[in-house]
Amino acid sequence: MSKLNDYIQTDWFGPAVISLVAMLGIGLTNPSFLSPLNLNVLMLAIAISGMVAMSQMVIIAIGQMNLSVGAIGGFAAISFAGLMELHQMPAGMAVVIAMLIGCAAGFFNGWLIATTGISAFVITLASLSIFKGLNLGITEAQAYYGIPEGVKAIGNETLFGVIPVLAIPTALVVVLLWFVLARLPLGRNILAVGANSNAASLSGISVKWTVISAHVISGLLAATAGIMAVAHLQIGQPTIGDDWLLLSFAAPVVGGAVLNGGHVSVSATILGVAIVAIFNQALVLFRVDPYLVQVVLGGLILWAVGVNRWRETRAIKHTSKVA
Amino acid sequence: MNSIQPTQLARVEPEVAQSTRRLPNFVLTNEFGLLILIIAFAILFSLQNENFLSRFNLFALSRNLAIYALVGMAMMAVIVTGGLNLAIGAIGVCAAMLFGWTNQVVGLHWSVSVVLGLSLATALGAVNGWLVVKTGIHSFVITLATMSIFFGLMVFMTQAQSFRGLSPEVINFGKSKILNSFSPLLLMAIVAGVMLSTMYKFTALGREMLAAGATPEAAELSGVSVGRTFMYCHMLSAFLAGFTALLLTSRYGAAIPSMAGQLGQDWLLPAFLGPVLGGTILTGGRVSVLGTFLGATLVVTLTNGLLMLQVGEFWVQTVLGVLLLLAVLGDKARRHYLMQRGLA
Repeated sequence: MSKLNDYIQTDWFGPAVISLVAMLGIGLTNPSFLSPLNLNVLMLAIAISGMVAMSQMVIIAIGQMNLSVGAIGGFAAISFAGLMELHQMPAGMAVVIAMLIGCAAGFFNGWLIATTGISAFVITLASLSIFKGLNLGITEAQAYYGIPEGVKAIGNETLFGVIPVLAIPTALVVVLLWFVLARLPLGRNILAVGANSNAASLSGISVKWTVISAHVISGLLAATAGIMAVAHLQIGQPTIGDDWLLLSFAAPVVGGAVLNGGHVSVSATILGVAIVAIFNQALVLFRVDPYLVQVVLGGLILWAVGVNRWRETRAIKHTSKVA
Repeated sequence: MNSIQPTQLARVEPEVAQSTRRLPNFVLTNEFGLLILIIAFAILFSLQNENFLSRFNLFALSRNLAIYALVGMAMMAVIVTGGLNLAIGAIGVCAAMLFGWTNQVVGLHWSVSVVLGLSLATALGAVNGWLVVKTGIHSFVITLATMSIFFGLMVFMTQAQSFRGLSPEVINFGKSKILNSFSPLLLMAIVAGVMLSTMYKFTALGREMLAAGATPEAAELSGVSVGRTFMYCHMLSAFLAGFTALLLTSRYGAAIPSMAGQLGQDWLLPAFLGPVLGGTILTGGRVSVLGTFLGATLVVTLTNGLLMLQVGEFWVQTVLGVLLLLAVLGDKARRHYLMQRGLA
């Protein structure tokens, strides 16, 4: 019994149960939900959204928010596509440059926030506008269509007919990010700064460099998501990233992240992404009006923050009883 | 998050500064800096292009300014609480669509439809405020979720159809001109601004909003019902958002679901630019209605001027982003200077 209680206490338990129950429930009422084709589409959605969600999660971990996730992703996406179409650059090199652009954009955010002490909200709102403006200024709102066949193939390729190739980078990042946050000094520093930056600073952690590192990681992940979106869509669209903001917050929050910082869970965030994707897919399968998808997503966030709140107060009651 | 200094400064400044602020200090205010910038840019643009001060362009400027200023005030009304309202665009469009539907399909008189639209907006604001106060969750998350819910329901109910058969009075109002060169929309925005500023300065409700935003605990101890006050702030913000959307409807001559962009997000940048440029502090407790108005004026002047110089509309967004950055950095430097000189 206490073993079960231990599980219930973890962040991933609730979301895992919900996603399993939802998949089984939907699968039983509509068998086509569990068809290989549908699972493939589901995993593809999780792969790209998962990258976006982790990009935001790293910033939530330090107790800030990054409004420019979508703008960085979009800018990296059009850089990637533009370099290949206009400069005939090999795909590998274009990927590296697009990722470096993501890192540089993240560094810009982090450096400004850490050195000026102005709130992350204002800085990333401004940089959102700058990156999106650069994107539109360069592309003039026209998409790049000259994506090499190799890149297009990767975007559509599957392993064993079910698992999309694009899920591989996301899986790698999940493991890496978990390792960094749970096992490396950088990860501990990020969580410490998020929980209490004054205490972290007094314990000898460089708050400035921790904030900058978190933003560089966030920028890198956002850029990766942008590159994956180009491979998936087969064109370099300037609108990539426009609709990431809501999703990037929904998944970590559904996964139990505390927005004040210091507490995030990689596995729960990915499960949060999965829940959102399953819901979206189910709405399509049951022919619910597509306009209602937004309503469901918003409702999901409200429900999740409510549950988080309830768990928090329960935990406080629990500890005070023990004490 | 990194240092507690800015908040402390923000809270200490108004009391001390008000007693010592004389003419040389006015020169150091945000509002004065904005005024100089606006005049400088206006002169620059009119020298570059004589059409900048033409009647046609002044009309276009005044229409845009009205919308930007009102959107900024809608955001400012919630920034007072130290929170923010991402749902202003969604709420505004909901109000405009209810207005359009009742006016065109149901056939109500336009004034009744206006009241209905504004009531809906205020009610949606009450929902936001209630959720924020009852759950204690940051308004960023609550309004992010409700933005999606309100907008989704609106698009579902209207099936993304516009209402283009509105009463002629509504359409003519958007086209009419004062003195042959200014839009009456600007007059509405100025009236709203004067009323807001009077409320914050001279009414108990306005003072309570500022007090509750600055230090909720102290306000609560002095007998202010912080929860109820925050709810009023959200309702005021939503009311202003609805009002803006109705003016925009009159300007377009139609109620269009996409008039504030996907989920109403297009309003967010202008909504933050005005107050932040104008010196409203994001941690709450201090507002400047005049600053918000001047901030919006600067943004509209710059956007319009850059378009006239044919910089290319796509680069305007970059310029606005850089402007926002420079403004917050400049404000930071100004505060630093004031503190070193012992002026604040």
